[in-house]
Amino acid sequence: MRLYLHQLKAEQLVYWRSREAAVFTFIFPLLLFVLLGSVYSGRIYGVPASQALLAALLAYGCAMVAFAGLSITLVLRREAAILKRLRATPLPPPVYILSLLSSTILVFLAEVVVLFLLGRAVFGTPFPVRAGSLVLVVVLGAVCFAAMGVGLSGLIRSGEGSSAVVNLIVLPMAFLTGAFGPTRHYPQFLRAIGDALPLKYLVDLSNAVYLHHQSFWSQGTAIGVLAAWGAVGVGVALAKFRWEPREA
Amino acid sequence: MSAISVRGLRKSYGPLEAVRGVDFEIEEGEVFGLLGPNGAGKTTTVEILEGYRRRDAGDVSVLGWDPQRPGREFRQRIGVVLQQAQLWPNLTVRETHAVFAGYYERPRDVDEVIDLVGLTEKRDARVKTLSGGQKRRLDLGVALVGDPDLVFLDEPTTGFDPAARRAAWEMIRSLRSLGKTVLLTTHYLDEAEQLADRVAVLREGRIVRIGTPRELTTTDAEVEIRYRRNGEEVLVRTSEPTRVLHELTAEAIGRGEELDRLEVRRPTLEEVYLALMDDGQ
Repeated sequence: MRLYLHQLKAEQLVYWRSREAAVFTFIFPLLLFVLLGSVYSGRIYGVPASQALLAALLAYGCAMVAFAGLSITLVLRREAAILKRLRATPLPPPVYILSLLSSTILVFLAEVVVLFLLGRAVFGTPFPVRAGSLVLVVVLGAVCFAAMGVGLSGLIRSGEGSSAVVNLIVLPMAFLTGAFGPTRHYPQFLRAIGDALPLKYLVDLSNAVYLHHQSFWSQGTAIGVLAAWGAVGVGVALAKFRWEPREA
Repeated sequence: MSAISVRGLRKSYGPLEAVRGVDFEIEEGEVFGLLGPNGAGKTTTVEILEGYRRRDAGDVSVLGWDPQRPGREFRQRIGVVLQQAQLWPNLTVRETHAVFAGYYERPRDVDEVIDLVGLTEKRDARVKTLSGGQKRRLDLGVALVGDPDLVFLDEPTTGFDPAARRAAWEMIRSLRSLGKTVLLTTHYLDEAEQLADRVAVLREGRIVRIGTPRELTTTDAEVEIRYRRNGEEVLVRTSEPTRVLHELTAEAIGRGEELDRLEVRRPTLEEVYLALMDDGQ
């Protein structure tokens, strides 16, 4: 427990110190929210556009922080042999992974709080009515996407390529699943692809809880699909995750 | 009791036999050098002792543990400096030491360690602003902050300029005065000669010679006697220099000649080493 808290503090320090990563994963969804929110007007899904965007970008923020940010961080640390060095210390590997995941969830929680404060200040969006359910959405999303992020890190071979690979996955996924705005007018085949991707179900969950005031537990399908994708992430991670850089 | 004991160690990567039956013992408080060219099996050997790799065969004991099944205490008592490993670029020197100190039950005082590795002036500098030599000192600092009994140094000065190497040597000597056992790998001969109490020369996965740097240059190493006769250089290699020299000088005196440019020298460790490396190649 002492080691867990120590490492959690260290991970927070490392995350907020590294400006590039923090800007890329933390600020970018907030920036998109303000930009898109200024462009879209009228109503989406029967609510003001800015509210719908907030719900969608909450899901996008999760993909950025827990999936993109975490997998790039892990690849870079692996290739820089930081993970290898930590293995020589008494810090147990499960404690390390748990601290890193907790730190990621904390960052995403902070992101969500800022998103709501920003929405309130700039567009007058309301705070969530079902706050408890929204916290569950945030935690489920962060855990599932973090599991996929750890899995993805095992599939990426080099540190230089990691950012490109991850963006190639996250940006089209966000576009196809409605994280940048509704997909109703997309061609059928694009929507079909989007329906297979995990982010779709986090957007659905976020919409249901924030926009339509439904309870988290009423969204069985979305929870099931997200959990299944999370399990895939855990499976890939167990098979492919490595602590040491690839042999030169 | 020995700090490290290795018997019949073997390790292959696919068809490549990296380590082919290595034996050595390292006493507590000893600085032991594994010397050899790239690909000789130094890093593989050290990484087996550190617990990173599994061996194919042989018995290994490190501070009484089998590194493949280490007890909880094992990692409290070893410090590892890897050949190439970075740290978080945006933390300061002090923060980095503090993060590592937190992993150990009985860490040394962080500022004391920073002082020991000579980074006091850089204490609040970000890691990414350090020079190569300073980063290497940071590597040593975080390996020492847990107050280990045994320190592994894998090629600690590779890529250093001469001044940085001398500074690193000073630091490694200071480990000895702290009573640490040190296992050092290097492909620099002078480094092994300068730092190690004993050296094992590794070639193609086998130890071809083991002993103190002095022993390596004396045991059955032949002494060279050179002189000039009628303007031509004569070179005699012998393992009995006293007898040969006596005969040569007696003969010369008998002829009333001077042995021009007479020189008697023992080969340097470098020459012994190169001869070992050339052997059978």
